[in-house]
Amino acid sequence: MANTVKINIDGIDVSIEAGKTVLDAAKKLNIHIPTLCYHEDLCVAGNCRVCVVEQEGVKNLVASCAMPAQDGMVIHTNTHKVRNARRHVIELLLSEHNADCTKCYKNTRCELQDLAGEMVINEHMFLDLVPDKNYTIDNLSPAIIKDDSKCIRCQRCVRTCDELQHVSALGVAYKGEHMKISTFFENPMYEVVCTNCGQCVIRCPTGALVEKNYLDNVWDAIYDEDKHVIVQTAPATRIALGEDLGMEAGSIVTGKMAAALRRLGFDSVLDTDFTADLTIMEEGTELLTRLKRALVDKDPTVKLPMTTSCSPGWIKFIEHMYPEYLENVSTCKSPQQMFGALAKTYYAQKRGIDPSKIVSVSIMPCTAKKFEANRPEMRDSGYQDVDMGLTTRELAVMIKQAGIDFKELPDEKFDSLMGKSSGAAVIFGATGGVMEAALRTAYEIVTGREVPFKNLNITPVRGMEGVKEAAVKIENVLPAWSFLEGVELKTVVAHGLTNANKVMQAVKNGTADWHFIEIMACPGGCLGGGGQPIPTTPEIRKKRAEAIYREDEGMAIRKSHENPEIKQIYEEFLEEPLSHKSHWLLHTHYQARKRE
Amino acid sequence: MTNLGGSKMSQHKQIRIALNNCGVIDPENIKEYIARDGYMALGKCLTEMKPEDIIREIKDSGLRGRGGGGFPAGLKWEIACKNKADQKYVVCNADEGDPGAFMDRSILEGDPHAVLEAMAICGYSMGATKGLIYIRAEYPLAIERLKIAIEQAREFGLLGKNLFGTDFEFDIEIRYGAGAFVCGEETALIHSMEGLRGEPTIKPPYPAESGYFGKPTNVNNVETYANVPIILRKGANWFNKIGTEKSKGTKVFALAGKIKNVGLVEVPMGTTLREVIYEIGGVIENDKKFKTVQTGGPSGGCLTEKHLDTPIDFDNLVQAGSMMGSGGMIVMDEDNCMVSVAKFYLEFTVEESCGKCSPCRIGNKRLYELLDRITQGKGEMEDLKRLRNMSNVIKDTSLCGLGQTSPNPVLSTLDNFYDEYVAHVVDKKCIAGQCKDLMTYFIIEENCVGCTACARVCPVGAITGEKKEVHYINPEICIKCGACEERCKFDAIIVK
Repeated sequence: MANTVKINIDGIDVSIEAGKTVLDAAKKLNIHIPTLCYHEDLCVAGNCRVCVVEQEGVKNLVASCAMPAQDGMVIHTNTHKVRNARRHVIELLLSEHNADCTKCYKNTRCELQDLAGEMVINEHMFLDLVPDKNYTIDNLSPAIIKDDSKCIRCQRCVRTCDELQHVSALGVAYKGEHMKISTFFENPMYEVVCTNCGQCVIRCPTGALVEKNYLDNVWDAIYDEDKHVIVQTAPATRIALGEDLGMEAGSIVTGKMAAALRRLGFDSVLDTDFTADLTIMEEGTELLTRLKRALVDKDPTVKLPMTTSCSPGWIKFIEHMYPEYLENVSTCKSPQQMFGALAKTYYAQKRGIDPSKIVSVSIMPCTAKKFEANRPEMRDSGYQDVDMGLTTRELAVMIKQAGIDFKELPDEKFDSLMGKSSGAAVIFGATGGVMEAALRTAYEIVTGREVPFKNLNITPVRGMEGVKEAAVKIENVLPAWSFLEGVELKTVVAHGLTNANKVMQAVKNGTADWHFIEIMACPGGCLGGGGQPIPTTPEIRKKRAEAIYREDEGMAIRKSHENPEIKQIYEEFLEEPLSHKSHWLLHTHYQARKRE
Repeated sequence: MTNLGGSKMSQHKQIRIALNNCGVIDPENIKEYIARDGYMALGKCLTEMKPEDIIREIKDSGLRGRGGGGFPAGLKWEIACKNKADQKYVVCNADEGDPGAFMDRSILEGDPHAVLEAMAICGYSMGATKGLIYIRAEYPLAIERLKIAIEQAREFGLLGKNLFGTDFEFDIEIRYGAGAFVCGEETALIHSMEGLRGEPTIKPPYPAESGYFGKPTNVNNVETYANVPIILRKGANWFNKIGTEKSKGTKVFALAGKIKNVGLVEVPMGTTLREVIYEIGGVIENDKKFKTVQTGGPSGGCLTEKHLDTPIDFDNLVQAGSMMGSGGMIVMDEDNCMVSVAKFYLEFTVEESCGKCSPCRIGNKRLYELLDRITQGKGEMEDLKRLRNMSNVIKDTSLCGLGQTSPNPVLSTLDNFYDEYVAHVVDKKCIAGQCKDLMTYFIIEENCVGCTACARVCPVGAITGEKKEVHYINPEICIKCGACEERCKFDAIIVK
């Protein structure tokens, strides 16, 4: 039973759980206090001082985000002193901020700009110092641009990278007016431990950290009549895109998204969900093969537990942090890259198109996918397999640029050949989804029966718990899989790299006996990805997850191996999982990197 | 040995408590400390007193933190004592950072055992077995003497296990700071010791609840600890008879500036500024007129003639618009430009702000720019309003004590020397003649004999004139270096 405290804000009494802040109490009363450095996912820093309020009996103003509510407190959120202070703080921030808003990628989507608008700051009281400062703009990474001239040093990114991701690619350097957010030795983001996850990007209140956008490149390709431009859309885009186009969080817009892509001028509108299903076939088979080698052949070289490989942020993390475990990572490429490799081989052949004319575009909830598409490993088709990776946000921008009234679009279907998918593929977008999809298929292959969970919903791996363990007892197996009789398949699911690190520590210490590990770099999985609409909060992630599971339940086919296009590609092209051809196109190996 | 103000400085009005042994004993010989009743207080505490008795004694003594804030030391100990934990820490803040202040260094160099003894007493009273001294690495002699003192105390069984035959154990380690001013703030100091960036964090939680590695931690500065053993030897009632109603005991000041006797002085609380400046410091050098005394270090304020009879204590100084701080006291005369003085202190805080919170990081810089503009003669009357308003906002909104006090030099000079600001802004004049941009060098025709000495010394060729004719200074070329004025034997060159 939690204690409650009573405080008074602007003349209204409110009771709130002890330990909550004045800001929480104000929210309860629907009193809006502006904030900048505060973020629900992060620890309180209290450094921007925008959320200051007046507390009776206290000389200085207090930061409402950091001040615990205490019995009997009397708070005023709208006094002359408070207004004057907030306005000054915003003016100060603007005085060292490159406020060339019309040229900023975050124009109209910037928290600082919104606050400046709210405070009606017309002219600068102070000198504009930006031209005097030797600010750096780091645009060397294919995924993330870091522009120090826009930075207000709120340290949301620093806290994100440390607390949520255990990466600490970003830190604070220097002091006083020279204090800045910096990488290791101020090296470019491209050269440091940054996993390109983009969690900093979705939390940056200004345009200091943004994705590198490829809007013009995509438009140019679309307008080029010589090119055949195909697009794939990741599972988590369809439950989030609507947010950037005026719809509620948790809206499912699969059909509208397909319609919009067609209207934008893509020659073929296809689905990454198809290769998500394919991933299950390949990765599931890989896991069963590894288990057989371990249990039957007693092969000491086989690496278990096996981890998933869909999340490019996770891949970069393990390359830097646990390179000695790279062989534990499934050799499967991510669905984006499987799609890319097949687009310029299988698809090109079937459609009779010269693969050199194909421009392959992906719409991803992710910034790390941009990096992944540019990896040297990802050119097995003979070309760069995926030419341009766009975020969900960039797609929303394109839809606005094209003047499409998204909300009023009819629902349309994906084009065929690499456009069909199952519910198992959709749930790839949520933490635990790959595990659930893999279990649905693997269990059935081994036993001939559906997984023993109601409606195929493997609830133990669902939800926002950071590390989720689940064990499935395998009994009454088909004769070919007799070595698995009675085996309890132990799995674990982690999302957010801090949780991934916990799992890897357990593996390293030998305290874990898992067979299969699912890791997604972003909190909540891809639905909370660094390329998703801003803001992304715990509440919004929850709504997106609900939408994903709704979409899954609504699908006619809910198991990857039942997808007819999957059956077709094996019959006509790949032959069987882990075949020579699939090894060539769908599998890869990653590289050890330094930890700096 | 420690500079205690030289032989000329009057010992009249001074009482030595914190500096009791400084300059008297050999700080590298524990026996000399013991000979002057050293470690008696610790022995008495461990063998005769319960922790709560000690805390009551310190509370009764009225001892307040000497680092700047003036928080009652006994209360701080009590809070740390009441918070239960498997490990607690006693921390000594020896990160003395005010420019020109060296009280803590002198104590550590002259009487290191007093601090060690006090920390052990504090440890016993709050239930801590570990002590940490955070000292800036720029204090090599103090560090050396502390190391020797700790070693000797261990040898004599005054640090370590089973002190005075009891179960109590206590030991002390030294941690080095890199000299960042903000690390004198207790949360920043703790983070620095933890190996993190020396940045303050929001209080609550206070270190007494969650300090070093999340454990209850008591942080006091050197001078505060130096008062503790003597209080426990002589009793709270002896101590609280010295000083004023709310500020007990003595305070060490680093007296500097335009006075004859500079150095450390230790006076009872309640001594007036006039007594310190005129009776101990001696009169103003060169018989210039007293203008202001700056107290409280870079975040303090400038007090004037009208404040001279104010009895010095924590509250009076704050009320007068300054503060006690760690005990800097700089006397200035009519040659000091108060806008430049404010600018000087701001330059320091701009440099030393950690940069974490926006008002302190950006606001102080903007204040500095406004002041800079004014000293260049580019200020407007509107700037004076901006200065005051911005200063108040920085004080009201900053995260830690640094930002909450950094505008004090601006506000106190605005309050006490407003006319001087106006002169800079409206008349474009610096009364003290310190702001170069506002000065013009003239030649008085009647006095000039045309000796050409000035023209020959001028480094930029700004002075023209024939031999035995009146000379002329071209203001466009003149860089206001003052060389001509110095060279002229006929008082023909003046500054306006």
